[in-house]
Amino acid sequence: MLSPTIQVLDVIKRFGNKTVLDRVRLDVIEGETLVILGGSGSGKSTLLRMMIGNLKPDEGDIEVYGKSLGKMSVEELTAYRTSIGVLFQSGALFNSMSVADNVALPLREHTDLPDETIQIMVKIKLELVGLREHAEKMPAELSGGMKKRAGLARAIALDPKILFYDEPSAGLDPVTSHEIDNLIKDLNDKLGVTSVVVTHEMDSAFRIASRMVLLDGGKFVVSGTPLEMRESTDPLVRQFVHGLTEGPLTDRRRGGGYERDLLGENI
Amino acid sequence: MKLLARPFVALGNGTVELLRFIGGMGFLLVDVTAQVRRGLLSPRGRRLGWSNLWAQMNRVGVKSIPIVSLVLFCIGAILALQMAPTLRDFGMVSSVADVIAKAVYREMGPLVSAIVLTGFAGASIAAEIGTMVVSEEIEALEAQAIDPVRFLVLPRVVATTVMMVCIAVVGDVMGMVGGLVVSQLFLGIDFRQYLTHTFDILTMWDFLTGLAKSGVFGVIISSLACFLGLGVSGGAQGVGVATTRTVVLTIVFLIATDLLFTAVFYFVGL
Repeated sequence: MLSPTIQVLDVIKRFGNKTVLDRVRLDVIEGETLVILGGSGSGKSTLLRMMIGNLKPDEGDIEVYGKSLGKMSVEELTAYRTSIGVLFQSGALFNSMSVADNVALPLREHTDLPDETIQIMVKIKLELVGLREHAEKMPAELSGGMKKRAGLARAIALDPKILFYDEPSAGLDPVTSHEIDNLIKDLNDKLGVTSVVVTHEMDSAFRIASRMVLLDGGKFVVSGTPLEMRESTDPLVRQFVHGLTEGPLTDRRRGGGYERDLLGENI
Repeated sequence: MKLLARPFVALGNGTVELLRFIGGMGFLLVDVTAQVRRGLLSPRGRRLGWSNLWAQMNRVGVKSIPIVSLVLFCIGAILALQMAPTLRDFGMVSSVADVIAKAVYREMGPLVSAIVLTGFAGASIAAEIGTMVVSEEIEALEAQAIDPVRFLVLPRVVATTVMMVCIAVVGDVMGMVGGLVVSQLFLGIDFRQYLTHTFDILTMWDFLTGLAKSGVFGVIISSLACFLGLGVSGGAQGVGVATTRTVVLTIVFLIATDLLFTAVFYFVGL
């Protein structure tokens, strides 16, 4: 069995009184594309931010290659972060820089390569995501899909071992969404990286996942291959995966005291 | 009981906020100082980002020169017109130049330039960094192992501090010119007489204490703007709140710091 690249060990995260993650435990296996599923507010983006070291758990731990993220020195954390790539939901391009400069930034910051070499590497990365002709454009001139592709080019600039994607298809039309999914698969095949994808878009999830986990209300529910998830008899998994309008998720929402809220306590 | 407890709760919350603010600003300034030292001394860390620094100096300083010049010119002219009637009563109208020289070089030049720069650069730095927080750019920097303090805060603090000193010099000169124009045109003071009075009354300390204050003002404007920008939460509304707070708090801090400087200079006889 392959060793886990990342281990999430009974992680608890609270914001104020709200527990966003409640004893979540999961492994990310080397080379796989793990898709973390969950509805809005299920804690999946928080979990991703913890895995990249931008947030710390209140309890529990996250280990990367057997080393606790929380106990890493500044140098170790820097080394870890230069070995990963992150595609944020909005692309998170630096608006004051051109697309090419965005992609060049990690190379300029973390390598001593001459500028000519950096320019060549930037062109290679932009060609991979189909944006070479748009290298000199500013982020404000790009469409949503192009921003995500540019963000992806920046994420792979340092040839990362692990790639994290936060809602890569959110807000995109079906064709662009499909293109991004193909890009993620291509990068996985070509670069052999481990990928962690946070999404609630089921079509996209099934296209790219080698394994899926489902979070609900900050709790780990289930893990399985796409086929296992599709054929699961668990009512919660069935409702989420098939987008059913009846099931535990909608029942819970209906039990929110709507009548009491409308009519007061006298019912 | 709840009503009675309310002032104590408010006081407690206010104290916590104040301590958080002081602690946060302290950490930021220590971090910036360490980054400057590391940037200058360590071979790998020699990445002060000169192009970024030039861009910031241009944005903060060069572009604000016309507005600072205009404002200080007007201040010089206003001072001349305000002081002339009183001084004329004492038969000392030519001393307008002395009053303007002392007031502008020691006080109005640095302070008014700093207040203009607060509106010009402080607000825009807070809004820019706040927008970067909202659009996940700061998180993206951290995820790429790029320290936002070194990459964003350091060039802005250095650029604002350097340019604040330069702008204060321009402001000093323009304040004097404003007074000179009004004195020549309306008060019957010959410009040679005006300049003689000015250079006779001014000492090197007047000039240097003004510049020293300007440097400190530059640090206050930029570090407050960066600190409040980095602390933005709650989307576009948060950016607006941070920008407003930056302008208001910076002006309060500038005037309080100016008072402190003036008191120290007074008691040590500078």
